[in-house]
Amino acid sequence: MAAIINEDLIKLLGDKFGEKISGVNEPYGLLTVQTTKDVIIEVLGFLKESVGAGFNYLTDITAVHYPESNHIAVVYHLHNMVDKIRIRIKVFIHEHTPTIPTATVLWNGANWMERETYDFFGVKFEGHPDLRRILNMDQLIVHPMLKQYPLEDPNRVDKKDEYFGR
Amino acid sequence: MNHNQPVYTDNDPQSELVTLNLGPTHPATHGVFQNVLQLDGERIVSGISTIGYIHRAFEKIAEHRPFYQITPLTDRLNYCSSPINNMGWHMTVEKLLNIKMPKRVDYLRIIIMELARISDHIICNTIIAQDTGATTTFLYLFQFREHIYEIYEEVCGARLTTNIGRIGGFERDFNDIAFAKINKFLKEFPVALREFESLLNRNRIFIDRTAGVACVTPEDALSYSWSGPLLRATGVDYDVRVSEPYCSYEDFEFEVPVGTSGDIYDRYLVRNEEMWQSVSLIEQAMEKLKHEPAGVFHADVPDFYLPAKEEVYNNMEALIYHFKIVMGEIDAPKAEVYHAVEGGNGELGFYLINDGGRTPYRLHFRRPSFINYSMYAHMSEGMLLSDAIINMSSMNIIAGELDA
Repeated sequence: MAAIINEDLIKLLGDKFGEKISGVNEPYGLLTVQTTKDVIIEVLGFLKESVGAGFNYLTDITAVHYPESNHIAVVYHLHNMVDKIRIRIKVFIHEHTPTIPTATVLWNGANWMERETYDFFGVKFEGHPDLRRILNMDQLIVHPMLKQYPLEDPNRVDKKDEYFGR
Repeated sequence: MNHNQPVYTDNDPQSELVTLNLGPTHPATHGVFQNVLQLDGERIVSGISTIGYIHRAFEKIAEHRPFYQITPLTDRLNYCSSPINNMGWHMTVEKLLNIKMPKRVDYLRIIIMELARISDHIICNTIIAQDTGATTTFLYLFQFREHIYEIYEEVCGARLTTNIGRIGGFERDFNDIAFAKINKFLKEFPVALREFESLLNRNRIFIDRTAGVACVTPEDALSYSWSGPLLRATGVDYDVRVSEPYCSYEDFEFEVPVGTSGDIYDRYLVRNEEMWQSVSLIEQAMEKLKHEPAGVFHADVPDFYLPAKEEVYNNMEALIYHFKIVMGEIDAPKAEVYHAVEGGNGELGFYLINDGGRTPYRLHFRRPSFINYSMYAHMSEGMLLSDAIINMSSMNIIAGELDA
């Protein structure tokens, strides 16, 4: 069987999930699709288990905060090691209700990746067996990677973020 | 750090279990790792890993730094093989900017990256030996890490946190002393490595301590997203250098060693064989360099590559470019890019989102140590305490990469 390419995957996902798959593009050759949080585990499970896809390896889970649109994007990178192809799946969730089902039902490795994402972005992974902070201390009351939190102490007058880039 | 974690609050006076805080600063853990273990005699019943003791918020800092100022952050991830991290980051930016690199630069990079891989594997394998009681081998092979650092020093001036190279190449060409040191290393290191292997590979004590300990199935390893030598020791031949060649690795002939049982002995053997492959890669690169035009050490991309210092002091244009690049005023495409390199411990990924600002909108490091370590507490259950210690050494978890 010839190695699968991005066009096959787009068709495969389109046939199976139809309208739930959107925003298809290929920055630098890496197929990127968007989906919604009600089907994310089905999409991941389909990509992992269906014969045509074979993405059995979870490379990474992380998130990105977009304060202008009040969204947090949860980003999954999957990898098919046999056909040497990657796929990126994004789910946009509202920053005030940041919940998404957990991927630990599919991969054990998702455990710490989701804990890290929870720690830094406050994304609550529903059904996660042990959703605690991982790198920051428990007493921290914020999720520091959200864009509203500045890098420097905002009360300092000698260092302002605008002098240092953003 | 989790102060509210479900620490064993089992104050039952009838309990026979002992709670042991292994770490955060314990000489046997080689870094800042804490594991709260429940012990039944010498056997571990259950454990909880607590990490984050040297978390430095690199991803947050990176959102406030232009591209060049992020390189020193990557040094401090896996500080045992910092050039791989530096070049992985530079290659990520080059991928974003669509810079085509000259072959000679790729080969020079491969020499440095493979030296870094050797130094990383030296640390791991000698420390396994050290933890099983063989101090001689540790001291014997460790001197070659020093020789590797001397080569870095010749190329970039630094040793541990190297900040080596530039976006688009190297800051200067390798000098004759650097090449002489590489050649000397290529001559002397195989002798020492052979002797190191002859001291350990068929050593009864070493085999008794490592073979059959902490076996991992390929299914478990893939489910826990393991990568690097740990994954290969279980029998999965996944190596980023082969599956997605970057930096002209496709021009080279090399083998990807795999193990069978995923135990500590297999991990040791896989790392040793990878050192042999790295030596061969460096030799091939040195050979290929002879056919490349001399003196090429960076791509011709004045918009992104920092001009030479003497130019900056004497030439108006160069000064302008210098400031533009340092302050991040470069025309980078608004795009997102994921680039992975094979680090010392596995797939080191950079997920960069650029929104056209001076700094990345978001930069995420896929850190192999962090992801590999997530299985550790689960693996340790049922293991002897002394085996769990060697298991941690053999996973080569680097605290800087674990905590970012």
